[in-house]
Amino acid sequence: MKKGNLWRLLFLVSTLALVLTGCGDPELSALDPKGTGADMQLDLIMLSLYIMLGVMAVVIVIFTYVLIRYRQRPGDNHIPKQVEGNTKLEIIWTVIPIILLIILAVPTVYQTFVLAEDAAETTEDPVEIKVTAHQYWWEVEYPEYEIVTAQDIYIPAGERVHIELTSVDVIHSFWVPALGGKMDANPGLVNEMWLEAKQPGTYKGKCAELCGASHAKMDFKVVALERDQFEKWVADMKEPAPEPTTVSAQEGKQLFENNCMACHATDAGQKSLGPNLNGIADRKTIAGFMDNDKENLEKWITDPAARDVKPGSSGPKGMPAFHDKLTEEEISKVAEYLQTLTIE
Amino acid sequence: MSTHVSHAHKKKNILWDYLTTVDHKKIAILYLFAGTLFLLIGGIEAILMRLQLMVPENDLFVGTTFNQLLTMHGTTMIFFAAMPLVFALMNAAIPLQIGARDVAFPFLNSLGFWLFFFGATLTNISWFTSGGAPEIGWTAYAPLALPEYTGTGSDYYVLGLQLSGAGTLIGGINFLVTIINMRAPGMTFMRMPLFTWTSFVISALILFAFPPLTVGLFLMMFDRLFGANFFDVTMGGNVIIWEHLFWIFGHPEVYILILPAFGVFSEVIPTFSKKRLFGYHSMVFATTLIAFLSFMVWVHHMFTVGLGPVANSIFAVATTAIAVPTGIKVFNWLFTMWGGRIQFTTANMWALGFIPSFVMGGVTGVMLALPPADFQFHDSYFVVAHFHYVILGGVVFGLFAGLYYWWPKMFGTLLNEKLGKLHFWLMFIGFHMAFLPQHWLGLMGMPRRVYTYLEGQQLDTWNYVSTIGALIMGVATIVFAINIVMTFVKGEKAPADPWDGRTLEWSIPSPPPEYNFKQTPLVKGIDAFWIEKMQGNKEMTPAEPLGDIHMPSPSILPFIMSLGFFIASFGFIYHVLPVIIIGMGIGLGSMLARSLKDDLGYHIHTDELQEKGV
Ligand code: HEC
Ligand SMILES: [Cu+2]
Ligand SMILES: [Cu+2]
Repeated sequence: MKKGNLWRLLFLVSTLALVLTGCGDPELSALDPKGTGADMQLDLIMLSLYIMLGVMAVVIVIFTYVLIRYRQRPGDNHIPKQVEGNTKLEIIWTVIPIILLIILAVPTVYQTFVLAEDAAETTEDPVEIKVTAHQYWWEVEYPEYEIVTAQDIYIPAGERVHIELTSVDVIHSFWVPALGGKMDANPGLVNEMWLEAKQPGTYKGKCAELCGASHAKMDFKVVALERDQFEKWVADMKEPAPEPTTVSAQEGKQLFENNCMACHATDAGQKSLGPNLNGIADRKTIAGFMDNDKENLEKWITDPAARDVKPGSSGPKGMPAFHDKLTEEEISKVAEYLQTLTIE
Repeated sequence: MSTHVSHAHKKKNILWDYLTTVDHKKIAILYLFAGTLFLLIGGIEAILMRLQLMVPENDLFVGTTFNQLLTMHGTTMIFFAAMPLVFALMNAAIPLQIGARDVAFPFLNSLGFWLFFFGATLTNISWFTSGGAPEIGWTAYAPLALPEYTGTGSDYYVLGLQLSGAGTLIGGINFLVTIINMRAPGMTFMRMPLFTWTSFVISALILFAFPPLTVGLFLMMFDRLFGANFFDVTMGGNVIIWEHLFWIFGHPEVYILILPAFGVFSEVIPTFSKKRLFGYHSMVFATTLIAFLSFMVWVHHMFTVGLGPVANSIFAVATTAIAVPTGIKVFNWLFTMWGGRIQFTTANMWALGFIPSFVMGGVTGVMLALPPADFQFHDSYFVVAHFHYVILGGVVFGLFAGLYYWWPKMFGTLLNEKLGKLHFWLMFIGFHMAFLPQHWLGLMGMPRRVYTYLEGQQLDTWNYVSTIGALIMGVATIVFAINIVMTFVKGEKAPADPWDGRTLEWSIPSPPPEYNFKQTPLVKGIDAFWIEKMQGNKEMTPAEPLGDIHMPSPSILPFIMSLGFFIASFGFIYHVLPVIIIGMGIGLGSMLARSLKDDLGYHIHTDELQEKGV
């Protein structure tokens, strides 16, 4: 038993060490916060962790002591004194936890209200972003700029942005651990939250509510830029994309217009059934999770619902596979065209 | 030739015996075997999922298949393994602990079991159907669980839970009445063993918590089978209603599971410390307080739904309050051991292993109750770690403690202690290895219920470690199975009182005769049997003269009734009217038969009792 306790203690210490070093992917981990919301949340997590580790320490110490001191020794057959209880002790271990919980409750309630504030509380005229969850992608709309895009959410750093969340199908949950927690995207309802990145950077986001076969791949990015860079991004997004120059890309454009336009808009302000592909060449990823290169574009167009892509995503509202509609060569041309859809 | 015939004859009898039994001791064994079977199935599902998650971008079970595994794992473990195993212990111990000859409604007891069993079987059969198993999580959130998004698997979920839930509700009511009405003379409420107390409280929880689930399942069933629109937002429905109904049930459900485990520890720890339970009164008080509070905290599962800061704050404070009575319990256990003489039997090892494990689950529970923190924890692996700490480290450790403790009473044999300890240590190590890393996996950004994770997010190492832990738990389970088989083949015979027990069940033979107590015992205080032993008596003082004992007769009707509803379920799922009519006909017909036929039971006469000794 003694060994077992030592082992447990070791584990505890290593837990603490791990949490303290704040490890994990710096673009993803909640332990390495890059946003004001995530900062507050981590502070509360650490406060509660310390209190809880204190409680655990007390339990473990008493536990270890009791096991060693009162273990049955060979030949010992005495009948211990039958103790009914001890009012004083019982009051102590009722009152102390109550005090600890009150200590926790104060910052908890305070922060709960701060996180539920309007973005406008601290930021004048915050950027409004409407995020709509679809099985398995995120539509992003900036009503004031008349920009519709997907997967990558651009925000100005150092200020709160106001996010409106909803869903068109099942329940999803919008989670950017490094910036600040999560909020559900419910069909038929609108949720509001604010996000603030302390510094420019790219932060990974995930869908946190089981939403179907490819729930695991419903990733997105939040890209925080300095204010002037952000404004440049807005302006660039509204510029029409340059005409493709190579012949194959021009053919690709034609194929795209014939096969893909029904679901994919390519000019900034337009919503479509599938993601708006304006600036697709500059997206951090394809479909939220694959490296953005030609090979992956082809892979996606060939069969978006393939086992190693997004299984189950070719449903009634999803994107069909094109391997039986277009030849490999044609798919390659479409991909080439998509790579010209850049805003830079 | 003749021996062959008689052998076959006997075999058939055993099967018939168990199909028709209304004896709580045999129903306990039924629950135990069915629960263990589903525990194994759920465990295999868990290991398959951990294999998929062992390395990033693995290709073993992806998409829907993985979602089916996670749904069936959760549903099976909660409803078809933990619940029946709790009922197994309740059936095995409670009538004995209160000095009763059986439960209040033996027929209903059997009906409760068969409804559960057919419900569980129904849901599991979905694996072999063209629509496959449900893929909606054990929480089955609408609209994912609606026909627009998922197929017949969800129907199997809804109907299977409806059936087994009815069984659980019946079982709960039965135990409520049993504990209120059937206690032996002198066994006042405040003299009841703590396991009986916690079971009493959870029976009340079942009575109030299962109806919301039933209502939710009915709405879901109407949406799915008959095109109603309770959860369809385009038709004025609302998807959040399901979440409320589910968690109004779901939160008390975790207490329905954990409180009996607390009860087991409150029996095991005093027995093997040779001391009475420290703070009995505060233990009872804490149990009832936890039960009350458990109905006022469900929104902590819904902090991210967007109910607003006022609701979130209120439910946060209510939730953290549960830590107080829980803490009281932990300290009472510690101080029961304080000054005692602690014996490290396998049953007690589980109880001792439980204390640090459960405390860890408890403290993460408090952390989860803080909405701002929960915005990070929610639906991440942190939650997965938390509830496995409380359910595995709490409930399952409790079930194992109870099983090693009461096995001799149930079967009259002793489980092998050496294998038992090996089982414990492997499980204990595997458990911490599997779930401890999941705490920080969640904080490092891993959502729960994902079938894979991409490389380069620093999630690889700890997922690997977690899978190794799960595999060690698998090995532990094999050791456990070997122990059971060996005990059946050549187990050491158990005396009536192998552990120097304190409560009534240890005052009668192992296994007890069908009527339990030849004469109803007179209870003189808490730990009634211990009191007698301390006064130098070997047996309980009887409260009545020897007389004829009235016994309920066995009946096949509970089995047939449940079978009827089971058959009807297929009719509902595949919209085949004749099957519905046949199934409902069988079910309602056997209800009618039961109502019209008087069953007077039978008597065991005094001379027979004398003959059997005891
Ligand atoms: C029936 C509608 C539909 C058609 C037709 C369609 N798509 Fe899609 N497309 C979608 C949907 C829906 C998604 C988002 C799927 C997801 O990520 O789960 C998508 C995603 C994409 C993406 C990834 C977008 C991003 O933000 O990363 C690319 C690229 C794409 N489609 C290209 C094409 C091309 C090229 C064609 C024609 C050959 C095409 N699509 C035809 C519906 C369609
Ligand atoms: Cu999603
Ligand atoms: Cu809960």
